[in-house]
Amino acid sequence: MKYAVNQPVPKLDSAAMTTGKPIYTEDLAPADCLIVKVLRSPHAFARITAIRKKRALAVPGVACALTWEDVPRIRHSLGGLAYTFGSPNDRYILEDTVRYVGDAVAIVAAETEEAADKALRLLEVDYELLPAVLDPRQALDHQPPIHGEEDYSAEDTLQGQPKRNLMAHFELPYGDLDAAFAKCDVVVEDTFHTRANSHAMMETFRAFSYYDANGRLAIVTSTQIPFLCRRTAAQALGMPIDRIRVIKPKVGGGFGAKQSLVCELLCAIVTVKTRRPAKLIYSRTESFIASNSRHETYITVKLGATKDGIVRAASVHTISNAGAYGEQAFATALLTGVKTLPMFGRAEAFHFDFDITYTNTMAGGAFRGFGATQGFFATESMTNRLAVELGMDPCQLRLKNIPHSGDFMPAYFFEFLTSSALDRCIKTGRNMIGWDQKYPRVEVDGSRVRAVGMAVALQSSGISKADKCCASVKLCEDGRYIVSNGAGDMGTGCDTVLAQIAAETLQCSIDRVSSAPVDTDSSPYDKGSFASSTTYVTGMAMVKACEQLTGMMKAEAARALDCPVAFIEFDGDFFYARNGSSGRLSLELLARRQVTEPDCPWFTAEGSHCSPTSPPPLMAGFAEIELDRDTGKVTVLDYVGVVDCGTVVNPALARVQAQGGIAQGIGMALYEDVQYDEAGRMLNRNFLRYKIPSRMDLPPIRVAFEQSYEPSGPFGAKSIGEVVINTPVPAIADAIYNACGVRMTDLPMTPEKILKGLRQQVQP
Amino acid sequence: MNLELTLNGRPWKGEASPSQTLLDFLRAQGLASVKRGCDTENCGLCTVWVDDAPVLSCSYLACRATGRRVTTLEGVEEQAADLGRFLAARGAEQCGFCSPGFLMTVLALRRELPHPTREEVRAYLAGNLCRCSGYTAQMDAVCAWLEVEE
Amino acid sequence: MYTIRELAFPGTAEEALSLLRKGRNNVILGGGCWLALGRRRYGVGIDLSRLGLDAIRREGDELVLGGSATLRALEKNGDACALFGGILSHCVRPIVGVQLRSRATVGGSVYARFGFSDPLTALLCLDCTVELAGEGTVPLEVFAARPAVERDIVTGVRIRIEDRATAMETMRLTATDLPILTAAVSRLGKDWRVVVGARPGRPVRVPGVEAALAHGASPAQAGRLAAEGLTFGSDLRAGREYRALLAETLVARCAARVEQEVSR
Repeated sequence: MKYAVNQPVPKLDSAAMTTGKPIYTEDLAPADCLIVKVLRSPHAFARITAIRKKRALAVPGVACALTWEDVPRIRHSLGGLAYTFGSPNDRYILEDTVRYVGDAVAIVAAETEEAADKALRLLEVDYELLPAVLDPRQALDHQPPIHGEEDYSAEDTLQGQPKRNLMAHFELPYGDLDAAFAKCDVVVEDTFHTRANSHAMMETFRAFSYYDANGRLAIVTSTQIPFLCRRTAAQALGMPIDRIRVIKPKVGGGFGAKQSLVCELLCAIVTVKTRRPAKLIYSRTESFIASNSRHETYITVKLGATKDGIVRAASVHTISNAGAYGEQAFATALLTGVKTLPMFGRAEAFHFDFDITYTNTMAGGAFRGFGATQGFFATESMTNRLAVELGMDPCQLRLKNIPHSGDFMPAYFFEFLTSSALDRCIKTGRNMIGWDQKYPRVEVDGSRVRAVGMAVALQSSGISKADKCCASVKLCEDGRYIVSNGAGDMGTGCDTVLAQIAAETLQCSIDRVSSAPVDTDSSPYDKGSFASSTTYVTGMAMVKACEQLTGMMKAEAARALDCPVAFIEFDGDFFYARNGSSGRLSLELLARRQVTEPDCPWFTAEGSHCSPTSPPPLMAGFAEIELDRDTGKVTVLDYVGVVDCGTVVNPALARVQAQGGIAQGIGMALYEDVQYDEAGRMLNRNFLRYKIPSRMDLPPIRVAFEQSYEPSGPFGAKSIGEVVINTPVPAIADAIYNACGVRMTDLPMTPEKILKGLRQQVQP
Repeated sequence: MNLELTLNGRPWKGEASPSQTLLDFLRAQGLASVKRGCDTENCGLCTVWVDDAPVLSCSYLACRATGRRVTTLEGVEEQAADLGRFLAARGAEQCGFCSPGFLMTVLALRRELPHPTREEVRAYLAGNLCRCSGYTAQMDAVCAWLEVEE
Repeated sequence: MYTIRELAFPGTAEEALSLLRKGRNNVILGGGCWLALGRRRYGVGIDLSRLGLDAIRREGDELVLGGSATLRALEKNGDACALFGGILSHCVRPIVGVQLRSRATVGGSVYARFGFSDPLTALLCLDCTVELAGEGTVPLEVFAARPAVERDIVTGVRIRIEDRATAMETMRLTATDLPILTAAVSRLGKDWRVVVGARPGRPVRVPGVEAALAHGASPAQAGRLAAEGLTFGSDLRAGREYRALLAETLVARCAARVEQEVSR
């Protein structure tokens, strides 16, 4: 690429970030905002029989205290997803039933934080306790149902039976499974338990809202989904979409958590009721206990292979814990199978099914990897076990089974794989980690041993046929460009990447392209920053917008140069008349025509894109660990991730995305675990008790790229954001097995569990 | 109660509630770089300097800083911008929410440790969490910056 | 976060003590670190920074840690690094981060007597006394066993300077998390000290193991005895049985390191 793509362009906002400028939501809130606070349910499941708010309202400075009686009775879902992957409409903003510890009971707003806190303490609530269920395997038919409400609604595709706590059921058979298993020489089967994880982005949930001069509701929020936030707010508040404006400042991390409207409606309803600006900033504890998490799953995998190492048959059965509300649960459970089964590229038959049950834990939500992460722990662990049973190197086993470019992937929405360098990823990673010297283990001393493990993974590039993303570009009168997207950069750098794609299409340096802030009033529609879609889907929209703009500019150049447009050439700086004349027109002069020539149009173009396919990025991950056999302690010494994300649009940003995803994966593998007590109270409700990896826990993470060229992507690019979290869990599990012979099937893989496994080994 | 301190090199005199945290006090002065990340002194986002020591402003009562020098990122903007360029060049930043506290700790390290090894740098920065980056690029950038500074 | 009604900066320990004893709700502010995790409402918050208690110095054959000396100062102090095999400096390094250690004080750590205390584990394997503004001098072991309710102020810790060989091991789920077990062992001739903490109860000496080591027990035997002789509990971070296994391993490792150190 000549101009900007495939270059490590610094993030456009880096100077503001590193000098601490006021660019985040809280920094921008007006000083006279009402402070909003939320009363949280202390019970896992209860009916509210009475709320007395007189004493709370008497606190000086209190503007309102809202309960279920004060909010619209419109069932909605907080999860932001395209229309076709709907989540059940299973909640109100506030309801007379609370379904998990932390569920919103009431909202107060006051002039000061002290007054709001005091009012919260003075709200008197009577509860009728209901029997709660926390285990997704025991939730089916547990009575009374968590969602017994008559106005519950969901798409038929979910096949849910809410009165039985069954949120959804799904089956995907392919081929004759029994016949395929019958052919196999080796069959392995096991069940894996993955736990809820917290996103733990550094900026907690927050929003503020106000009415603008034209009487429209403005919501300024730290969100990944400005447009879906607008749509959902309109639905839940019973307002037309045009009466709402959503503004997204810089976002301090999201990882999927902010793909749901965790706090926006609780804040906006205060503005609606009081007509005053209001702001809601979640504490860290609130962020843990009253938001969403990665879905807990139990995944049973059965694999069958013939002696030659070909996996002929595979089945995946998933039980997913929706928690109290069903947002994102269907699509995440779906990905536990549809993203993992394609790795068995030569399977003759497979079966995938899942059940999702409601429980009285906090709702699950979107979390980077979106179900695929849980699925790959199970399927890749089983593949590694198969390698041992077959006496085959795990890398070799992968090379025999992975899909290749051109292959049909029935499990992957019946799409074809159009680009893949996964084989090269495996080979490169294997060399980088020193597999041949280190596999399976090297003894260090009497107690410590070093070992390696590996896994492969894929993810999507947007949701095919569903994700609609737009981008726009304007030519300023001095010949420079402003591009806009509505995707919702949450820190990943997609604003920068999209500007690079624009610069490449417009054949100019990145310095000539500026990126506009995201505001639903002025930004082009985008379904939001999720499902690894911004580079691939919004990127194509940007290419289209810039091509369209180039066409418009050429038409005007043709008029100015008196040359048929077909003969106009543009090199980024000049328009040339190639009709035999030597006429040319600089971009600057053309741009100025916008304000000097009465007939010159204003050059602005918008492209929209929806991809018929979702070409998967792929990756191979390799872990080297040291294991202390006497304590069970695991230290990750090295991690190598080799990624095929097609053309790497920005190598610096792609690398840090990969490193960050791997770090989160290591956290999931070894440390992170949202635990509840028997009453359903979350125990890890702060960073003292929920441990994300610190700098001291991680080795330097080494990332390399093996580029393929994806013909349907912008300049050959696919996505990167999510695939990178999928390999650490199975790769580290494999390294633990190679170190000590213990197969971990339950996350996180703590030293206590490992040591227990070791003790069971020596006492047969 | 009365509070007198030196804030980013300038004398500051006024009233503060005895229970106000230094973080809330500083944000109320419009110093937006100071971020709250946790309630439990685990994340390092709110790091500022009191005299020369990096401290967590979320758990430090503002009034205890009376008579002392308090410095936020706004007070060392030039140095921060310089270090920031090293971070940006290596793509070490993602969401940036942890950056101000992180930079304050790196700048404190620069003053406190003469010729730190990578391991010493890592240990010094252990109290600064980042959920986006995986730390590797941050560490590379800081070490490169320290080398040039020397 | 806690709240206070007013903040006081007494100039002497006597003044601080009388302020503390004046109101049941008054509170000593050490670094204010652990206090900040609670939400209590206090009366007068008593800042000790004007008491001049932040020095770490030698006095005759003792090393004196001022009550207001920060854990960071301890970590960097030349004597703390050089004496007792550096255990005083090393023991605080995994504690959260430089920022917290720049505030947390020796006095606060000793006074609080938390089960997971790394410094308390280390100090208990040395010959220490605690200096209290009101009560005077108390052996650390005695102080460490009492409930943390005295209306008193830890003004310093005195450590007898001896040529003790020491070793300390801790187990943590993440590098900067609270420990799920701490163990420290020291030896001066026949005088062994064995301390186990974060059980999750407080660090305690294990006299049976000390005696066994003095009579020639092997490190492995010492480990087993420690696991058998102590009570352990379960919490969010680890279970009772696992803690017992850890105690066995970590005590054995410490004892082996101390033996190596002595034979060198």
